[in-house]
Amino acid sequence: MDMELLLLYLVAGVTYGIIYAIVAIGFNIIYNTTGIINFAQGEFVMLGGMTAVTLNAFLPLPAAIVLAVILTMAVGALIEIIFIRWLVSPSVLRMIIITIGISIVVREAALHIWHEGVRALPYFTGNEITSVSLAGVRMSPQVLWVLGICSVMVVALNLFFHYTFLGRQMRACASNREAARLCGISAKNMVTLSFVLSAGIGALAGCVISPITYVQYDSGTGLAIKGFAVAILGGLGNSMGAVAAGLLLGVLESFSIMVMPTAYKDAIAISIMLGVLFVRPSGLFGSREAAKLKEF
Amino acid sequence: MRKHSGVLGLAAAVAAVQLLTAWTGTGFYLTQLTMSAYYALVIIGLCLLMGYAGQISLGHAGFFAIGGYISAFLTTFDLTQHRENAVVAALAKAHLLVTRQDLYGFEILHVKPWAAFLAAVAAAVVIAWIIAGPVLKLKGHYLAMATLGFGIIVFRIVLGAAVFGEADGLSEVPPFVILPGLEVSGGLSARVSNYYIAWSLVIAGMWSLLNLVDSRVGRALKSIHGAEEAARAMGVDTARFKLKTFVMSAAFAAVAGVLLTHYNGGIGPSEASVMKSVRYVAIVAVGGTANLWGALVMGSVLNFLSLRGYFGSFDDAVFGAILILIMLFAPEGIVGGHITQKLKRVFSRSKGEAVDAAP
Amino acid sequence: MPLLDVSSLNKRFGGLHAVKDLSFAVQEGSIKSVIGPNGAGKTTLFNLLSGFLKPDGGDITFRGEKTTGQAPHRVARLRMARTFQHIQLFPHMSVLENVMMGRHIHTSAGFIAGMLHLPWSLKETSSNLDTCREILDLLGIAELADQEATSLAYGRQRVVEIARAMAGEPALLLLDEPAAGLNMRETAEMSELIGRIRQMGITVLIVEHDMSLVMGISDEILVLSYGRKIAEDTPRNIQKNSEVIRVYLGGEDDA
Repeated sequence: MDMELLLLYLVAGVTYGIIYAIVAIGFNIIYNTTGIINFAQGEFVMLGGMTAVTLNAFLPLPAAIVLAVILTMAVGALIEIIFIRWLVSPSVLRMIIITIGISIVVREAALHIWHEGVRALPYFTGNEITSVSLAGVRMSPQVLWVLGICSVMVVALNLFFHYTFLGRQMRACASNREAARLCGISAKNMVTLSFVLSAGIGALAGCVISPITYVQYDSGTGLAIKGFAVAILGGLGNSMGAVAAGLLLGVLESFSIMVMPTAYKDAIAISIMLGVLFVRPSGLFGSREAAKLKEF
Repeated sequence: MRKHSGVLGLAAAVAAVQLLTAWTGTGFYLTQLTMSAYYALVIIGLCLLMGYAGQISLGHAGFFAIGGYISAFLTTFDLTQHRENAVVAALAKAHLLVTRQDLYGFEILHVKPWAAFLAAVAAAVVIAWIIAGPVLKLKGHYLAMATLGFGIIVFRIVLGAAVFGEADGLSEVPPFVILPGLEVSGGLSARVSNYYIAWSLVIAGMWSLLNLVDSRVGRALKSIHGAEEAARAMGVDTARFKLKTFVMSAAFAAVAGVLLTHYNGGIGPSEASVMKSVRYVAIVAVGGTANLWGALVMGSVLNFLSLRGYFGSFDDAVFGAILILIMLFAPEGIVGGHITQKLKRVFSRSKGEAVDAAP
Repeated sequence: MPLLDVSSLNKRFGGLHAVKDLSFAVQEGSIKSVIGPNGAGKTTLFNLLSGFLKPDGGDITFRGEKTTGQAPHRVARLRMARTFQHIQLFPHMSVLENVMMGRHIHTSAGFIAGMLHLPWSLKETSSNLDTCREILDLLGIAELADQEATSLAYGRQRVVEIARAMAGEPALLLLDEPAAGLNMRETAEMSELIGRIRQMGITVLIVEHDMSLVMGISDEILVLSYGRKIAEDTPRNIQKNSEVIRVYLGGEDDA
């Protein structure tokens, strides 16, 4: 096999993988503060990309992206305030159905606003045919943008959760809501914040990836499913696990094209997820003990 | 008994609707009513699983598609070239094959529809049985995601496999002759009879599920749902009951899938899509999860409206909005929990006395 | 041969040794009680006996059959019935339906029979109903038959839970703190009820906090402390046992 082709597959896999990881981290942030899996997570990615494309028509690219991310964060906050905030200890089933409903409504709204057309932001630097050579592999500079921005996001989130007052408050809520409340932390505001944050990272990921993958009203669903698969593989709630699992899944998927028709790419990702669910529901990296602590 | 009067009432309503359409000359409604009946069959089966066994499935469109696609494949795939094949020869010997002329007048050899029907439902049952073991060990989000994953795998396979026609699906599925003169097909002349075939099946389905709910198995399921530990202490093999209910509801979906495919003369990948599965769950939720009548009424009404195109381009959005609104404001379903509770109490009292009076 | 024979049973939760080398036997037709301070491993013992927990070592023999590590529904089929410390009645079901669930192991109608309402399954249900009504009569709660079980007063719920366990015609009945949450009068009624159950030939094993209940009705008492057996004797001798007084009665005085 051609070495360069292998490396190309590897780069493609890592690029997709890091996006899956960001979506999975989005799941984790909300899951950790609320115990909810937000099935509408993929829609944040789609909204970010779509809004940025629209804004880019009359704003410079950086401004369009920033505004798109802020707008998506506002949508995230609205969703939490309208649908989630006032529910008193809802059942898991109820929350699953509500967030699925939200994802459908957002997607359909996007269909009516943007129609079925496929859109994309311009390449951040260069264009489709520009390539940079890195360690002997030629790749699009956009790949570097994706890897760079996503890595910065992962590091920044870690710093945020561990070294800022707000981040620590959120973690306190995640580990013990009642105790955090007694310490004067508003758990409800932390939940809103978690929606805002995961909407924000989803939207930014949607912007940086859109020149490569394009964006369409329904591109959130597929990403959400991959992202969830990654969150499970990495161990629900474990963000570093999500990064590792995201890269692993991205690369596996990329290489699967060599042996299976592309049409079955998704089926493979999901089969892996099901396999892990059946054998190790705590994820590849999580401990069984930790998984038991989470209430279901 | 009240339950039987319900089923009789349903039969009367079915007949009344047909007579009404005949009288007002709106027989064209029967087409969508027939299709709604098959979807309603999926929904009451799912209602048993969700409402009584307490297990969510976001993959029921998968079972519907397994039924529909396998029977469509078996009744359209031309075996003429494979006559020498040992399996085909054996099938021919067992009188399971039939020849017919296709659209262009060529003769094709394929499996008889009733054999295809049995094979398709059996396949769905076997697949359900195999996946139910590990899937039903999961709870909450994990269960939802695993069933959703199963549905997506089925969707991807029918969309990707050439034998299943990829994005076009399978067409030219022949009529399914049940008795001479009585067939499941979309022909205009068979519209009324098909309406009755479909709804008879729904009536039979409702009758059997209502019986089941009011039986030893139904009580065991309710007990698992209500207090699983105590149910186990009573000797209930909870895993087994959940598994059997899952398989049973998959069988309902597969039967509906086979028959609707014959009725429509084909099946496409959208029948296997996640949105379909979500829609089934939405309707069960609207009907009030553990409420077979609610599921039936909502299943037939909403599907009918959707098939008639009343929701226009907002079709999926309507179902999404319904999901949110019901779960926010009436998680017990539109038919309020209190009312059903009261009815049940009245019902159980009258039933108790009836049994008491018997020698 | 004793009805229930437990030998060197062990159960650990991480670093906690909840049940430690425990051996005892329950003779047929007797009432035995297990007492001990909070955290002594009483409920853990019940969960081990009824199959809800798997022991880390040791053996449980019930009616001559080894049940160690068997699933709860299998143990139940050997006619070991139990109640729960926190009452676990089935919601949205009447008292009668709850009690009918107790006869699950004596009935066999499956999915097909249930869906088609086959005649034999209907007959099974109606004879099942008769038996359950008899049991309700026997326990003096016949008038509650059609009420929703979980809407009853606490004391009544306990009786329903016992009726449900009795419906299975158990050889051994495990009662997990039957007097918890009951007032004095109800406790007295409960002890009278347990006496009557024994008269029906059912062996009873009780986990209890309330000493007054236990002392009055037990043939033998087993005292646990930190998962270990510290005494096993008649109520009279237990009251005089200095070790018991120190860890149990004394412990409560200190608190």
